[in-house]
Amino acid sequence: MNEPQLTPLPLLLVFIPLASAVMTPLLARIHRSLAALTAQVVTAVSFVLACVLLDRVAEVGRVVYWLGNWEPPFGIEYSVDMLNGIVLVLVSFIGVVVSVFARESVASEIDEEKHPFFYAMFLLLFTGSMGIVVTGDIFNLYVFVEISSLSGYTLIAMGRNREALTASYNYLILGTIGATFILLGIGHLYMMTGTLNMADLAKLLPPLYKSRVILTAFALFTVGLSIKLALFPLHVWMPNAYTHAPSAVSSLLAATGTKVAAYVLLRVMFTVFHPNFDLNVIPVTRILLVLASIAILAGSMLAIAQTNLKRMLAYSSVGQIGYIVLGAMLVNRTGMTGALVHIVNHALMKGTLFLAAGAIVYKTGVETVEGLKGMGRKMPVTMAAFTVAALSMVGVPLTVGFVSKWYLALGALDAGMWYLLVVILASSGLNAIYFWRVVDWIYFARPSKELESVPAGEVPWSMLVPTIVTAGLCILLGVQADLPVSLAEQAAGLLVGGAH
Amino acid sequence: MDITSTTPVLAIGVSLVAAILIPLSRRRPNLRETWTILAAVIKFLLVASMAPEVLRGNTLSFSLWTIAPGLSIAFRVDALAEVFGLTASFLWIVTSFYSIGYVRAENEHAQTRYFTFFAVALSATLGAAFSANMLTTFVFYEILTLSTFPLVGHKQTTEALQGARKYLTYLLGTSLTFLMAALVLTYHEAGTLEFGPEGVFGGNVSRTVVTVAFVLFILGVAKAAMMPLHGWLPAAMVAPTPVSALLHAVAVVKTGVFVVVRVVVHLFGIEVLSQAGLGTLLVWYASFTIIVASLIALRQDNLKRRLAYSTVSQLSYIVLGAALLTPSGITGSVLHIAIHAFGKITLFFGAGAIYVATHKTLVSELDGIGRRMPFTMGAFTLATLSMIGVPPLAGLVSKWYLVQGAIEADTWPVLLVLGTSTLLNAGYFLPIVYRAFFVAPTRSAGGREEAGIHEAPVLMVTSLCVTATGVVLLFFAPSIFLDLARLVVGALPGGAG
Repeated sequence: MNEPQLTPLPLLLVFIPLASAVMTPLLARIHRSLAALTAQVVTAVSFVLACVLLDRVAEVGRVVYWLGNWEPPFGIEYSVDMLNGIVLVLVSFIGVVVSVFARESVASEIDEEKHPFFYAMFLLLFTGSMGIVVTGDIFNLYVFVEISSLSGYTLIAMGRNREALTASYNYLILGTIGATFILLGIGHLYMMTGTLNMADLAKLLPPLYKSRVILTAFALFTVGLSIKLALFPLHVWMPNAYTHAPSAVSSLLAATGTKVAAYVLLRVMFTVFHPNFDLNVIPVTRILLVLASIAILAGSMLAIAQTNLKRMLAYSSVGQIGYIVLGAMLVNRTGMTGALVHIVNHALMKGTLFLAAGAIVYKTGVETVEGLKGMGRKMPVTMAAFTVAALSMVGVPLTVGFVSKWYLALGALDAGMWYLLVVILASSGLNAIYFWRVVDWIYFARPSKELESVPAGEVPWSMLVPTIVTAGLCILLGVQADLPVSLAEQAAGLLVGGAH
Repeated sequence: MDITSTTPVLAIGVSLVAAILIPLSRRRPNLRETWTILAAVIKFLLVASMAPEVLRGNTLSFSLWTIAPGLSIAFRVDALAEVFGLTASFLWIVTSFYSIGYVRAENEHAQTRYFTFFAVALSATLGAAFSANMLTTFVFYEILTLSTFPLVGHKQTTEALQGARKYLTYLLGTSLTFLMAALVLTYHEAGTLEFGPEGVFGGNVSRTVVTVAFVLFILGVAKAAMMPLHGWLPAAMVAPTPVSALLHAVAVVKTGVFVVVRVVVHLFGIEVLSQAGLGTLLVWYASFTIIVASLIALRQDNLKRRLAYSTVSQLSYIVLGAALLTPSGITGSVLHIAIHAFGKITLFFGAGAIYVATHKTLVSELDGIGRRMPFTMGAFTLATLSMIGVPPLAGLVSKWYLVQGAIEADTWPVLLVLGTSTLLNAGYFLPIVYRAFFVAPTRSAGGREEAGIHEAPVLMVTSLCVTATGVVLLFFAPSIFLDLARLVVGALPGGAG
């Protein structure tokens, strides 16, 4: 591979949102509308930069930046390869979409004097997410995990109902436990190797694979990240958090939060540690395969039982995270491709669904699944977007969901685990149950009395366009999946190319 | 020879264009219906324009795009595709006229939605017919399911929605699980999903894998309505009658059996299947459905439900023919796709005409109806006789080939199945005819309407007379379908036709 290219692009992806986050409350003093505008501009700039960066990565393989010009392993290194390049583009894209959506949605859900702080926290969450992904230093990663988590707790607590406070508090407790596990893991690694640079760790660790300290560190990472990832049975914080957070926050968290955690899991398991470690030294892939399978089935079944729309979507996420973990733990190129493509695809589908849910709340105040009865007449465009995303969740061909499932299923067969096919496809059936029930109600049921009185009409353009864009991508990238698949395949090669 | 041509794509696309124009003209019903008729006629002409090339033994293909490596959406029109394409697109023209008569006479609500989704469904049907690989088939198979859901639940009553949900559960549930699994497994083992006369498996594939994949395919294609996955079809009878006629006698169910035939003949290949002994398995499975569905049909008093169970039984004739894996069996199977379509659509048209004219839905109410609706019941009678296999009607032709196929395959018990089924067909169809013509009408309270001819609207009656004429013509001149069926067989390895 070529020498990594030194450029400040990776730093800008973190610095711009961080600096703007601090500036936002000040800018808001000049004019109220500047807070939302800052968030939109910053995320948009980040998105463009991330695209440029990914393009550069595709050319040279790896792009780095050394903070303070300290060479690694001594200083903090920001390092971007195909894997985090994809995630950066994804996170910043969702950032743009949600910040555009947020202006009207936040205006209706949150008191006006809190708006500057909302956007400051929003940008900090964005900073944290981008930072986690961009950094090549494992302690720096922890710092960003904390930045994103703390701002996340704050944002969830801004929800409309008082339950938002308990939801945020629960997440705070569990999130802190998770972060502590991660920090302890980092400590153990540092104790044994004396380095915090991930690339350096990858070089120093193999001789130490039999060490109990390293095994402990690995276990701590796995558990800590599983909490952040909301991998069943450590998902309990998530449904409440997603349900009670403001709509824009739910959308951002659902589309990017767990994806970033999934990225860290892959980074730690497959590049800091060697895939052979996961396969041969301790049977962690097997354990996680079982958990992922349970997550897929349990998440879908629990989703069927929900009466609150956002909670149903949250449980659906529990299942979908199972897909990502399952694909990765197959430790072959096809399965990993499926997992990575699904990180992108699920962000688009779930993003669309949460945005649509937010639009429904904005327009009608409806939060329950049953409340959607007859909604097709009231908000035809939003509901069309919702339907597209729902079909995609089910895995209907010509949507992104099908592409993910195709690679995941092929990966399971490549790994010789045909029984996982049963899990993957059984969950398609379960998804069909709870999503089709909703679609059926939307179009064919009579609206309730309260809904009857709501005049038909769509949400403002600034909310409608983001929903349409993500829904459109659910179809576009399902019809023409060459780009995401080829990028994901390259990234999968980096992760499991040398397995077995 | 394989010719690159955009005609298959245009033939599929024309009704999609109509599906855009129809909602745009929703305020002007006559213009709206013009689009449907225009699209149907153009579609048929496009399909028919491919017939000469196909009859010359060529195929017309067009590769549309690739979703991701190995997943391509491509079309190829061969003889098998042409048989189904011609049948479906011709009957759409007839059904369009019939539909217009029906929805206007019944003053149905949401007519725009009705015609829009009808057009989409026809695109999906031709897409499935013309696909060059199993993935394309799968895509259009699913579009067909989704686009027909609003048609089945059209009335939006609780009963209609329950029927529609059952419909969707069966069709989407089985295809997204079993069919998808079959696709992934086949692709994993064979590395391709492209149809071809030799099949995709290159010989060195384990028997277990072939068996599992094949069983998954059969379970995954619930549209073929093989028992016990047939329950959606009687449930779908809540749909307006034109929907039942075209979709549940022709487009949807025929897509199901068409896919089964494709899988048998062009995905697995007859050699792989006969080596694995799977043909025989499918023969028995189909035989079971033929007999049991006929027995259930005997007991149905609701006319449409009786027809639905008859369809379940007749569809398995097509599966049976292909499963025999012999030249005549496959010929009979291919012919029966077209011949059953003409017969069954006539029967459904008849049921719809009776409903519109008299609002009767039960067989037991049909006493003496033949005197009041002579054209409808005349056509109906012709179609029933064709179903039974009475000469000179088309049903005999396909049955003849099926019998020959059974003899070629040396599976004599199949003859017994076919014989029994013929008797059962007679058992559930002839009483309807008997009641219609030979039982005096009961005196109802009103008593006024009992005299004179009282037919359904002329559009409807004309339509069903056209299809009934088809049933007769196909006996005397089955040439185009027969030639195409022979081409299907001729292209197979070692098949002299």
